[in-house]
Amino acid sequence: MSKLNSRIPEGPIAEKWTNHKNHMKLVAPNNRPKIDVIVVGTGLAGAAAAASLGEMGYNVKAFCFQDSPRRAHSIAAQGGINAAKNYQNDGDSVYRLFYDTIKGGDYRAREANVHRLAEVSGNIIDQCVAQGVPFAREYGGLLDNRSFGGTQVQRTFYAAGQTGQQLLLGAYSALSRQIGLGRVKMYHRHEMMDLVKIDGKARGIIARNLVTGELERHSAHAVVIASGGYGNVYFLSTNAMGSNVSAAWKVHKRGALFANPCFVQIHPTCVPVHGTNQSKLTLMSESLRNSGRIWVPKKKEDAEAIRAGQLKPTQISEEERDYFLERRYPAFGNLVPRDVASRAAKERCDAGCGIEANDTNEGVYLDFSSEIKSKGKQTAYALGDHDPSEERMIELGKKWIEEKYGNLFQMYQKITDENPYETPMKIYPAVHYTMGGVWVDYNLQSTIEGCFVTGEANFSEHGANRLGASALMQGLADGYFVAPYTVSDYLANEIRTGKISTDGPEFETAENEVKESIDRFLNNNGSKSVDHFHKRLGLIMWNKVGMARDEQGLKQAIEEIGLLREEFYKDVYVPGSSDEMNPELEKVMRVADLIELGQLMAVDALHREESCGGHFREEHQDAEGETLRDDKNFKYVAAWEYQGSDSKQSTLHKEELNYEFIKIADRNYK
Amino acid sequence: MASKFINITLKIWRQKNSNAKGALETYALNSVSTDSSFLEMLDQLNEQLINEKQSPIAFDHDCREGICGMCSLYINGRAHGPDSGNTTCQLHMRMFKDGDTIYVEPWRSRAFPIIKDLMVDRSAFDRIQQAGGFVSVNTSGRTMDANAIPIAKADADKAFQAAACIGCGACVASCKNGSAMLFVGAKVSQYALLPQGKIEATDRVLNMVRQMDEEGFGNCTNTGACEIECPKGISIENIARMNREFLKGALTKA
Repeated sequence: MSKLNSRIPEGPIAEKWTNHKNHMKLVAPNNRPKIDVIVVGTGLAGAAAAASLGEMGYNVKAFCFQDSPRRAHSIAAQGGINAAKNYQNDGDSVYRLFYDTIKGGDYRAREANVHRLAEVSGNIIDQCVAQGVPFAREYGGLLDNRSFGGTQVQRTFYAAGQTGQQLLLGAYSALSRQIGLGRVKMYHRHEMMDLVKIDGKARGIIARNLVTGELERHSAHAVVIASGGYGNVYFLSTNAMGSNVSAAWKVHKRGALFANPCFVQIHPTCVPVHGTNQSKLTLMSESLRNSGRIWVPKKKEDAEAIRAGQLKPTQISEEERDYFLERRYPAFGNLVPRDVASRAAKERCDAGCGIEANDTNEGVYLDFSSEIKSKGKQTAYALGDHDPSEERMIELGKKWIEEKYGNLFQMYQKITDENPYETPMKIYPAVHYTMGGVWVDYNLQSTIEGCFVTGEANFSEHGANRLGASALMQGLADGYFVAPYTVSDYLANEIRTGKISTDGPEFETAENEVKESIDRFLNNNGSKSVDHFHKRLGLIMWNKVGMARDEQGLKQAIEEIGLLREEFYKDVYVPGSSDEMNPELEKVMRVADLIELGQLMAVDALHREESCGGHFREEHQDAEGETLRDDKNFKYVAAWEYQGSDSKQSTLHKEELNYEFIKIADRNYK
Repeated sequence: MASKFINITLKIWRQKNSNAKGALETYALNSVSTDSSFLEMLDQLNEQLINEKQSPIAFDHDCREGICGMCSLYINGRAHGPDSGNTTCQLHMRMFKDGDTIYVEPWRSRAFPIIKDLMVDRSAFDRIQQAGGFVSVNTSGRTMDANAIPIAKADADKAFQAAACIGCGACVASCKNGSAMLFVGAKVSQYALLPQGKIEATDRVLNMVRQMDEEGFGNCTNTGACEIECPKGISIENIARMNREFLKGALTKA
């Protein structure tokens, strides 16, 4: 299919990227200032790309809807960033990171892209340290590492539970430097409303100044979309309130294919839902699974007593606890990948052993008491106390925990009013990350020429399940080390194009369409708020396109979302006007896109008649409840073409995945 | 979590735009779950206002887990409200009692003009950062191995504590002089404590302080309110360190 040329370079896997770079076209430094590039989004992928392209000498315009580029949701990533440095001398290598990522993604990612990611991972750490990112260190002054799910080595670099913050502030500092030098012009509180195409190529965007409401036309020779993931389609997720699919979806509507939309990561360790007014869910980093053990009571009666407040978790003896991950997956234990851990928690709660006293009883324990004692004992030993008392062990152990995870424990206590140093955390899976996204080729270019998509907004590296600490790695790899090369290669053909006018009919039409769509919502005079519809969409998605999916539920979801869309257009009420700061107007535009996307996710999930990674079809599981993949029929990327707001009409294109360097196998963590 | 429900009265600053005159408006809100966050309470109020076809209250927020720094609010006379070590999004309604009247105002500072209602413009912080809040290293990734320069754990930890600043502006809002020195001091300190940042330390501190002054922030008179209200517990030691760096820089440059 001509639409899906993945442009994977020839040659052995370890040489593809180097050879490809050696043969790419270049733009001479004196030509770069004549070329404009737009970057939408200032998270890791966007800020890194904008900074790098600005530094090379292109004219860059960067856009973010937040009040500052530093607010992008990459900032909330907690646990860490992977890199194949093998500083811990425990057998890590580029190949092993590559292999773990392909296996972690349940053999639904593109080999060449993943290998490139593993190759550049080490440079990311070098780069960040040079920028002054304060990673955690050992007493000898060298960098510390920890372990994450789905791996048996320690390759995760971290800064307490605030790694995303430190990496984003690093990228933001690089971006700020370019803004200060005048090479990047920053448009904060600006939202991309549409992509403008001229002669089939991406040539600019329509943006809305969120403070004044003014629509603006911006032209460029290439557009980079780095707008993040779409987890907010579930309303409740660990994403920021403003995270949305709109930039990616506008590109999709203009002709870019959208790949694997049903691949969603439900993260096992989040604070459980507390009530109907809840606006978002909070993640408790996967890194906690290095030290915490997950369990529920073995007996349903004990779980019931806990929910009723008659029993405390600390009163349940060791023998009466079911450490279900350690039981089911002895090789990886509490550090199985996220999809596996989430499903196992759901299985126990469905069996009646959930411990949270909310509507659904959904919650399991994450218990630090063993770790507190063992680390306390180790610390005491190092201090010369070879026979410490129980109290001494606990005191030192708590200190150790505080140093590693202090901010997470504090966050947990603020939300729940419970002290996790004394009683186990209550956790449950929540929507966290979306592996699907805009389809891109090896150069990160979408099916629209000149429109590149990076970071979580694209689909490429994580297959059907992302491993922990790999999102930060991908965002920075795309932004610092991939897009600058591949975008330049594309721009080499643009040195004679000259400035692109924003007066042409394409900009005119696109702006008018945006204006009409805004006016339609403002004049709708409906009766229900945007959140009302967003919450209903979220409920359909969670119940029918969530952790477990089946044919009947998916078919219902497709119909229900279709009806919801009609009702939304008829009855949504948006207060205020278009020429002012109007957060409700921002929301309605985003929810309109989320509804279309939600339906496409259900369509994609229905068509994928297999279980793989985060996509679990009830019909396709073995006797022990593990996923059954169907490599014969579904070893492909499903890339959907937009055919109107009814996503049932979307048409499917397939990119076959060829595993030349890794032997495709069952994904086993036992 | 045993949730309770409370009824409250809110006095909220409403202002149509930066040029309009603002005023405190009164709202009654019933059945607020004590497990709700402060912002979820405001969502509930907005839902009520929208259903009554009144204009909802504009406020800044995004991550709602205390890390992005986008939320603000002066609540009952304190930045980020009555709890400590938290942002407004981490403040929970269990801190309030049934029947309470709660005052909600935007950050008040000359350098943070109001955009609408409770939203302010903090882009002055970005401009300070652009003046020097970085290490001038290109993003090639080919610098040197990350472990080539060992850094004492104590220094790395201190740099990290300074770098934990979320740029929310509570320090400015809490300061009687509207000073941004805790914010700037934290950034200057992060780099001054690390070998990577030492090379341009002088230019950095001079440029950042110059920009800070141009933005209209006030001076520090060692009251310490900023440190108390900082949601991330950034220490005023960082201001002292910045002053030392500045003095050193001013003398050597002169």
